Amino acid sequence: MKKTFKLTDLDCANCAAKMQDAIQKISGVEEASVNFMLQKMTVSADETKFDTVMKEIVKVCKKIEPDCVINY
Amino acid sequence: MTKKQKKWLYRIIISILLLIVANLIPLNGVIRLLIFLIPYLVVGWDVLWKAIRNISKGQVFDENFLMAIATIGAFVLGDYSEGVLVLLFYQIGELFQNYAVGKSRKSITALMDIRPDYANIERDGELVQVDPDEVAVGDTIIVKPGEKIPLDSVVLEGFSAVNTSALTGESLPRDVKPGDDVISGCINQTGLLTLKVSKEFGESTVSKILDLVENSMQKKAKSENFITKFSRYYTPVVVISAVLLALIPPLFFGGVWSEWVERALIFLVISCPCALVISIPLSFFGGIGGASKMGILVKGSNYLEALSEAGIVVFDKTGTLTQGTFKVTALHPEKISESELLSYAALAESYSNHPISLSLQEAYGKPIDKSRIRDYTEISGHGVSAVVDGKVIHAGNGKLMKQIGADYHECHLVGTVVHLAIDGIYEGHIVIADEVKPQAKQALAALKAQKVRETIMLTGDSKAVAENIAKQIGIDKVSAELLPNDKVNEVDRLLSQKLPKEKLVFVGDGINDAPVLSRSDIGVAMGALGSDAAIEAADIVLMDDNPAKVATAIKISRKTLRIVKQNIIFAIGIKFLALILGAIGIANMGQAIFADVGVMILAVLNATRALNIKNIE
Repeated sequence: MKKTFKLTDLDCANCAAKMQDAIQKISGVEEASVNFMLQKMTVSADETKFDTVMKEIVKVCKKIEPDCVINY
Repeated sequence: MTKKQKKWLYRIIISILLLIVANLIPLNGVIRLLIFLIPYLVVGWDVLWKAIRNISKGQVFDENFLMAIATIGAFVLGDYSEGVLVLLFYQIGELFQNYAVGKSRKSITALMDIRPDYANIERDGELVQVDPDEVAVGDTIIVKPGEKIPLDSVVLEGFSAVNTSALTGESLPRDVKPGDDVISGCINQTGLLTLKVSKEFGESTVSKILDLVENSMQKKAKSENFITKFSRYYTPVVVISAVLLALIPPLFFGGVWSEWVERALIFLVISCPCALVISIPLSFFGGIGGASKMGILVKGSNYLEALSEAGIVVFDKTGTLTQGTFKVTALHPEKISESELLSYAALAESYSNHPISLSLQEAYGKPIDKSRIRDYTEISGHGVSAVVDGKVIHAGNGKLMKQIGADYHECHLVGTVVHLAIDGIYEGHIVIADEVKPQAKQALAALKAQKVRETIMLTGDSKAVAENIAKQIGIDKVSAELLPNDKVNEVDRLLSQKLPKEKLVFVGDGINDAPVLSRSDIGVAMGALGSDAAIEAADIVLMDDNPAKVATAIKISRKTLRIVKQNIIFAIGIKFLALILGAIGIANMGQAIFADVGVMILAVLNATRALNIKNIE
């Protein structure tokens, strides 16, 4: 399943790249991208595990860029 | 400016005023320190806070950390004013960057503002606005003048002119009448239109295009990946160098501690790679945004980058360089009458939807009684055979006539010739000609002006037709009489022969050429309004069917790449220069800040030029 989320206060391009790297390393994530210009994140993951994967993503992003909020 | 940015600006202004006041009050000792700490904290509390927070989370070498170390260092050395100034400049730079990026993001998303907000649907005799997502295929919707067409549909009632410029960059409106297809994202200009929806919103052109443009940034160009890798190694290297710079000269060579620590701090301030990290994706985004305004959709930064190295451009003929609308121009029967010749040909070809058979049907002009036709077979690259009214009809090119042993002869007219044999006996031929697109000649001249080494046309048509067209439009080479399979082989051959560092671009109309589109370095599909296959298969999609846009796309790509290269060289060059000057003690803190903030501002401003497409064309 592929989902797109809007991001608020993603202020630096470098952090976006770091977030993308970190999300891709989470187990269960098939594909992920963080788009700095559009302030959007796209995640592909198994539908049954999506919620747990999402929790992990939020945690990882909080660590890298605490100001950035994932709207989901 | 957003609320957040305004608050940011106020903090900077207040801090500047406080700094001036602090410099005017003649104080000494701890009180002087405290007075300077006020503007310092006003402008930089968030930087300090982020630095502490990130360290506690294991994120050490980020820009906040560098700024905190550099400014605290300045305070320890007694340069209070300088410590505040460093943070001030840093914040001004950050604010500017935030503002500039936000602004170009806005102008790019405005370019893509083709998403319809609502659809008018009639319920119980009243017009209600609903979400386009809720409209089903087959529903009737009404579009008033000035409104966007929300879904791909067919006109039921009404005449109007629709503006496709948001999709194609073409400013001339298109006239529509009942029975015509209209595409979502266009603006209805003059009349009231009643439409029958033919595709649901998710499948409509407008959704497809938005999807494509939004996903385009996920495919990163080589230069973008280079920057990501570069900054991964760069920051740790700089921090370690700074530590060594602060420790080694005083420890081993009797240097003065304060002097070398200051140099190390300057080194740190210069080091931030933001200018690169932000300006490269911004340039590509600008280039892609600018191109989409011209009706050129680029599916990824990597394709935009590759396009700048275009050396060979291969065109499919039909529908790309020519109109693709064939017209019967001559009927040359042997013994039967002209109308008999035409009717047999039209009937035999009636199951094919090849442009040639469509033109036969158009010339025939009467409805086709399909019960008269039996045993229809298509002979790929040759023609068709069918049994019409009990007679075996073969219609196709000379190869087909040879195959069945009919005694045929060529025509003196240039065009596609459909030979006809009845029960194996040659009965004459029909000449069908395709018109060259008015922009084709200019398209090839523009490619030459862009220093494209070679232009080639591929076609299944006869050599005579192909060469006649080649002469008209000035293309370098022609490969004619190709079967669909041969086109793939031909492109493979060209790919193996091209120069290193040169890219092969294939331009087709997206119909039947998906394998070639995906095989070539860059596949360009044109006339994509409404054609899903083309949008799927190609790397670059031209929304209208103007072949001159290929050269425009190359121009935009070269301009974008030029900006990217300028930024890489400029940003890295100035940084290294400043790093060396800082290390040997020539650059002071102010110059260090220029190297950081100044380079970033200039790089961002340069990157926004990529969005400007006024001078292209």
